[in-house]
Formats: sequence, C-alpha cells, structure tokens
Amino acid sequence: MQKAAYGYGAEPLLSGLTLELAPGSFHFLTGPSGAGKTTFLKLCYAELLPTVGHVGILGEDTGTISRDAVADLRARIGVVHQDCQFLDHLPTEDNIALPLTVTGRDTSRAAGDLSELVEWVGLSSRAKALPPELSGGERQRAALARAIITDPDLILADEPTGNVDWEMSVRLLQLLVELNRMGKTVLVATHDLGLIRAAKSQVQARVLRIRDGQIATAGADL
Amino acid sequence: MSVAGDAASLLRRDAQADRIVPRSGQSARLTVFTSAAMAFLAVFALALSLASGRLADRWSSALAQSSTIRLSAPAAEIEAQTAAILGLLQQTPGVESARTITDAEQRTLLEPWFGPDLPVEDLPVPRLIEITEAPDGYDSTGLRQRLAAEAPGAVLDDHTRWREPLVEAAGRLRLLGWVSLVLIAGATGALITLAAQAALSANARVIGVLRLVGARDAYIARAFVRRFTIRALSGAAGGTALGMAGVALLPGSDASASFLTGLGFSGVAWLLPLMIPPLAGLVAFAATRVAAYRTLRGLQ
Repeated sequence: MQKAAYGYGAEPLLSGLTLELAPGSFHFLTGPSGAGKTTFLKLCYAELLPTVGHVGILGEDTGTISRDAVADLRARIGVVHQDCQFLDHLPTEDNIALPLTVTGRDTSRAAGDLSELVEWVGLSSRAKALPPELSGGERQRAALARAIITDPDLILADEPTGNVDWEMSVRLLQLLVELNRMGKTVLVATHDLGLIRAAKSQVQARVLRIRDGQIATAGADL
Repeated sequence: MSVAGDAASLLRRDAQADRIVPRSGQSARLTVFTSAAMAFLAVFALALSLASGRLADRWSSALAQSSTIRLSAPAAEIEAQTAAILGLLQQTPGVESARTITDAEQRTLLEPWFGPDLPVEDLPVPRLIEITEAPDGYDSTGLRQRLAAEAPGAVLDDHTRWREPLVEAAGRLRLLGWVSLVLIAGATGALITLAAQAALSANARVIGVLRLVGARDAYIARAFVRRFTIRALSGAAGGTALGMAGVALLPGSDASASFLTGLGFSGVAWLLPLMIPPLAGLVAFAATRVAAYRTLRGLQ
C-alpha cells in the first residue's frame, strides 16, 4: 500500500497509508470505532478503491485490474467479515464451501477437506443448520472456515470476536494463530485490546493503529 | 462475459449454482405467467396472420381468374347481343371459357336481397356473362374496345375494383398479425426484464456476498439468466400448448365458411407455433442477461 487514501465524502477518512505486510506475518489493526479499520480492509480486498495512491495485493494493483481479476484476487484472499456475510437460505456447510462453488471447483472432490475443516472449527454437528440458526460464535467460526477453504495466502479478519464471549474469542484467536503457523499472512482488525494482549504470548504480532486517518505501528503501551 | 458461454451454461445443469440464488416466488410466478399469456396470444396472432395470408391468396387467385360482362339492352336485341358477345369471347386469346348466367342462377344471386320468389324474367335485370380466364389472362382494354363495337350495352367487369381492396384488407390484416407478434415479443422482453430486475434488486445482498467470495460477473449473471430463461421457456410451452388447443377447437372451415371459421393452421403450419417457446426463451435470455450485467456493473 503506497500513499493510499480513501474518503466517503470530501474529507478523507484515511490518508497517506503506506504499509507492507510481509508474507507469513501476523498483524493486528486497531483503533477506535469509526477510525477506518473496516475501510482499510475493504481497500485490501478491493471492495473499495483508493481515491489516491495504490493498493497492491498478492502482486495485483487493485486500481488497475479488471472486474474478473478482482474476483480472482478475492478468491485468493480469505476474508472474515464483521457481519459474516452468509447466504441465509443455504446450510452452513454450503456457505463454507461457497468460495469453491463460485470459482467452479469441484466441491464433491473437496468434500473430505470440507468435512475436516468443519470439524476443525468445531461445527460438525451444526453443518446442516442455516446461518440464522447459529450462535454468534458459531457464525464467526463458520466465517473463518469459509475464509480459509481455498487455502489462501492472506487472511483478513474484521472484528472476528466482535459478537462472542471471551472464551470463544480466545478460541478464534487460537485458530488464527494456527493458520499463521501454517504460513498464512494474517491481518486482524479489532478494537479489543485484551485480545491483542492475549495474543502476545502465542504469536509475534505487529500491532498497527489507525489514528486521525493515519496508520502507524503501535507502541509498547498495548 | 461471452454470449456463447452464457448460452452454453443453459444446457449444463449446475445444481450448486442453481441453489445459490434463492427462489423468489413472486418473480418466478410473474415470469411463468407472463410467458404463458404472451405465448397464448402469440399463437392466435400467428393464426390470424396465416389465415389472413391464405385469405388474401384465395381472394386474389379466385377473383383474378374470373370476370363478368354485364349486358343491358332492349329485350328485342338482348339475345342477338349475347350471341355476339359469346362469339367474340370465343375468339379472344386468354379467355378459357364463357357462359351466360341462367335465370335460376341470377335468382339465387339476388335472393339474399329480394327473397326467394323474385320474378327475374319480368325485371330489367342485366344479362350476366361469366368469363373464365386462361392462366395468362386476356387483354381487357382490347376486349372493351371490341365489346363497344359489337355490343354497345355491354360492360366488362374484370373484378379489379373488388379484388384490390379485398386483397389489400387481407394484406393489412396479415401485417397486423405480424406487428402483434413483434409487440408480444417486445412486451414479453419488457416484462421479463422488470421481473429480472426485481429479482436482482431483491437479491442484491446475495450478489454482494457472491462477489466478495470471488464469483465472477459471468457466474452470477448465468445463475439468474438460466433461471429466468427456463421459467420463460416452460411458461411459453404451456401457453403455446393451450393456444394450439384453442385454435384446434375452433370450428373448421369449408368453402362457404366465413373468415373467422377459417382461423387456424393447416398442414405443416401447425409446426410454426412450436417456434414460440424457444423464441420466448431467447427473449428472456437476452432481457435477463442485459439486466444482470447492468446491475453487476453497479457493484465493485
């Protein structure tokens, strides 16, 4: 990301964003509500395009690539959305398999992997349930499973522990740490400083803070 | 985003892709009903067009092959002039045959206006001579000149005066039938576009999620296009079947039947309505495809 900026009106919400995520690294992105954490992530998976500067993800400049290339890029990124973004008419396991389905990959061949993944996130007994029937924690775990089913190199998580209790937050964090140990680059946007502190004992994470539209590495106060 | 790719996807059943777009009852019913109703109307418009075409041909050929000489002359001269005219006609190239209409035939012709007991022989009714033309026809101008010389009271009526407006009316009717078909196709396209746009708007969140997890526009568009095309095809098939049954149940036509009883298909023309469902599918395919890509272009 080089000198990128974005604003919803005349005033930029984020500006002068220059940042590089090293492959295999773990990052937290923090800041107060409304600071622009979700906007930052949307710039990363090209739901928003920078008004100034460039955003390069996995070797692609999001501002210059075609719509099909944007779709292909998203298929290579695992995103855990704040509101999970499920299709409520499909069972949970079909929602988890959605990135495979829409990119034309044979989900029947991946059935074993899907089953393992569902078990890994602890949703085996809830695989046939519809998303509205899941609890907050189950939804977040299903969203994480969907984010990683394509074995992406980069995982972006937007407030993945926003609607769950502390115990579930720690479990989700452990899953993300496990993924990072597998070599995935992880960026977690959260306002939960307790979660960041809890992670310090498990993973070497860089903490980024958004303040006044600028992004900076947080100090030792966290 | 190729048309061929989108069309080919119609033939490949993809159960997973079909399930991704939720079934919306209202737009599904609207599409099926619209297609069925329009196909039903299209069958009748096609029948009307074909029937008026047949009528135009029949009137044209029947009246073109015959003409009439009307002779008004004093009673003392009428037989002599009739004989002269018949003799003249025998020598006229292009005249296959000629005969005098009998009193009984004249009575039959006048019966609708004067009743069955008309004393034709006591009335100053002109003598009528019917001419049957050879396929190449005759020189009507030359015949008129010779008639003026041989039988001054004879008037040649080659039916042009009657034939042209009849044929023109039938032609207009046929044109109206085709215009109706075009309008029906346009209305079908417009209604299916509205239904597709309603479905796309109702599923904006679904489309957004699909884009976020890496679906290309073509994949999303095909899910909608396939669904609407199949609905239009099935609706049109039902409407066409009902329309054809309706036409088949109309009273049959015969030589004395009126135009309305001749409304229908004959012979291989019964195959023509079978073109309506694929055409409705084609219209739905094009309308939904345009609507889907237009909606998708509005999303990042």
